[in-house]
Amino acid sequence: MKLHEYQAKELLAGYGVPVPQGHVASSAAEATAAADKLGGRAVVKAQVHAGGRGKAGGVKVAADPAEAGTFADAMIGTTLITFQTGPEGAPIHQVLVEQTVDVERELYFSITTDGGRRLPVIIASAEGGMEIEEVARTQPDRVLTEPIDPAIGLQPFQGRRIASALGLPAELGRPFMALAEACYKAYMAEDSSMIEINPLVVTQDGNLLALDAKVSIDDDSLFRHKAGAALRDTSQEEPLEVAASEAGIAYVKLDGNVGCMVNGAGLAMATMDIVKFAGGAPANFLDVGGGADEGKISEAILLMLSDQGVEKVLVNIFGGILRCDIAARGIVDAYGKADRTPPLVVRMLGTNVDEGKQILADSGLTITQVDTLQEAANAISEIKA
Amino acid sequence: MSIFVNENTRLLVQGITGREGSFHAERCQVYGTNLVAGVTPGKGGESVLGGVPVFDSVRDAVDATHANVALIFVPPPFAADAILESADAGVPLVVCITEGVPVRDSTYVLRYLEGKSTRLLGPNCPGLISPGAKAKIGIMPGNIHMAGHTGVVSRSGTLTYEAVDQLTKLGIGQSTCVGIGGDPVSGTVFVDVLKAFNEDPDTESIVLIGEIGGTKEQEAAAYIKEHVRKPVASLIVGQTAPPGRRMGHAGAVITGTAALASEKMRALEDAGCHVIPTPADIGSTVKAMLG
Repeated sequence: MKLHEYQAKELLAGYGVPVPQGHVASSAAEATAAADKLGGRAVVKAQVHAGGRGKAGGVKVAADPAEAGTFADAMIGTTLITFQTGPEGAPIHQVLVEQTVDVERELYFSITTDGGRRLPVIIASAEGGMEIEEVARTQPDRVLTEPIDPAIGLQPFQGRRIASALGLPAELGRPFMALAEACYKAYMAEDSSMIEINPLVVTQDGNLLALDAKVSIDDDSLFRHKAGAALRDTSQEEPLEVAASEAGIAYVKLDGNVGCMVNGAGLAMATMDIVKFAGGAPANFLDVGGGADEGKISEAILLMLSDQGVEKVLVNIFGGILRCDIAARGIVDAYGKADRTPPLVVRMLGTNVDEGKQILADSGLTITQVDTLQEAANAISEIKA
Repeated sequence: MSIFVNENTRLLVQGITGREGSFHAERCQVYGTNLVAGVTPGKGGESVLGGVPVFDSVRDAVDATHANVALIFVPPPFAADAILESADAGVPLVVCITEGVPVRDSTYVLRYLEGKSTRLLGPNCPGLISPGAKAKIGIMPGNIHMAGHTGVVSRSGTLTYEAVDQLTKLGIGQSTCVGIGGDPVSGTVFVDVLKAFNEDPDTESIVLIGEIGGTKEQEAAAYIKEHVRKPVASLIVGQTAPPGRRMGHAGAVITGTAALASEKMRALEDAGCHVIPTPADIGSTVKAMLG
């Protein structure tokens, strides 16, 4: 789950991370008042769940409160299209109005969990304000990765090592260690999956400041973070994906016309791959999950069909815990309820497959039933949508 | 023969009185697994599934039954504690099926397991099965498997079943099939399983099924190149997934170029693996590889 910049900064400030003074605003009037409180000159930043805001016109420097209001008015209610949002963009409902900062140097600082090391790691670079992936690719020696042992936490010698790699002056050693410790504490306590401060800046008056901040929370931890869960802004997510996640279905909308419904994430990716290899284009990734029943199968298909881009459907079920007869009943139920019924190819295998096939054959629906992955790919590509 | 489990496997199921736990414990038992105990705190003294004793704690269960494999079905908030309890009782193999365990919990658990003799498989995995030893420790459908000499290791559940089904239909039996799970932080990784298959005299060839995201396949490729002389066939799924999107498995996010399917396939091919071109070609590629 991603947080907005203003939420991330509030959270980090609560742990003692220095952030610029600022106020979130939902209207031009609020933005004007916020800039006024900050002394007039202010930065107006669109709050969307995407990077690349600056280049896309989502960050503007206002000379006075009136201009802050004008910028806010132009942003709020529109969508911002950045290289991370896709062509549909992300809706702007709020702006963050912040004090302007005179920057001496821009640095990069983040914490995430390294699956290979199975440990939290701090990633730091003196090359701030850029995409860290790009820095890692072109100047790998400019990126420091420091693993942290969760049994003892971040140690001072590690803080000194990172500060040295960042080229920080001696007098910023202590403030940097305090900032790194605060971030690590927040990372663990909040079940974060990423805290990224880019840029972390040294101001002209010699202080450290988190000029931008991104925080993601591990979705699987939300059962113990009720307050954190309330920070979710579903307007930043694809509506069908929100509906799917509420139903416990893993769904990702894509651009193709072949709706794919599968049980299991790996098999779902495999199914998308064979559709593509056969010349088609998947409309979605959909994993209905292991313990699905008839109702959930039906719900998943109806959800998938509500994407008007779906012109044909491929169902691929490997029956294990989920029995094929249950899956077949769910398919028949969904096609009975749906307001449109695109051509359907079903491949089922495993537990109770014969009963499942019989239910589909007896349903009166036009269904192409196949036995193997290859036949499924061929059958779906032969359908002219 | 087989890896991690064998004829001497004595299974205990944590969460055996729950819906999932009792359903799958019975399936394991029916397959032929020696199910010796269940653990549900507060339900010690009861018995289930035709006389399997239930204990309040793993230590009690191990003391009474000498169980040596634990299979976990407890809900996500309590899964880490269940793993730690089995490790504390000295259970050598712990298989955690539970999906949705917070990454922080897995991180702490794996730090605790360092230097201890317990191997963790999972969390969020289908488990493992050895058809020859009649040992099924997980949620996979038992009937698609066939005893033989090909080891299968995968990050996925149903895709592993797909692979096994293709193998069995071509008469290629399996020594052990291991699902390591899709979480970003997990106990047993490809390299651990490859090492065990490499040392197992009864495993003559290996099938490795990976996914986009992370760098576990590259680590596997490096290990294969250095150590494995048995034939290996490999498939990477997610070749058509768009970058940066989460595809169900939290581990399957393309973060950098190393996480791309093409990079993983290149690394495995460079290590001498037989590349399985599409998910429909798993069986045929292995058959051709075995000659």
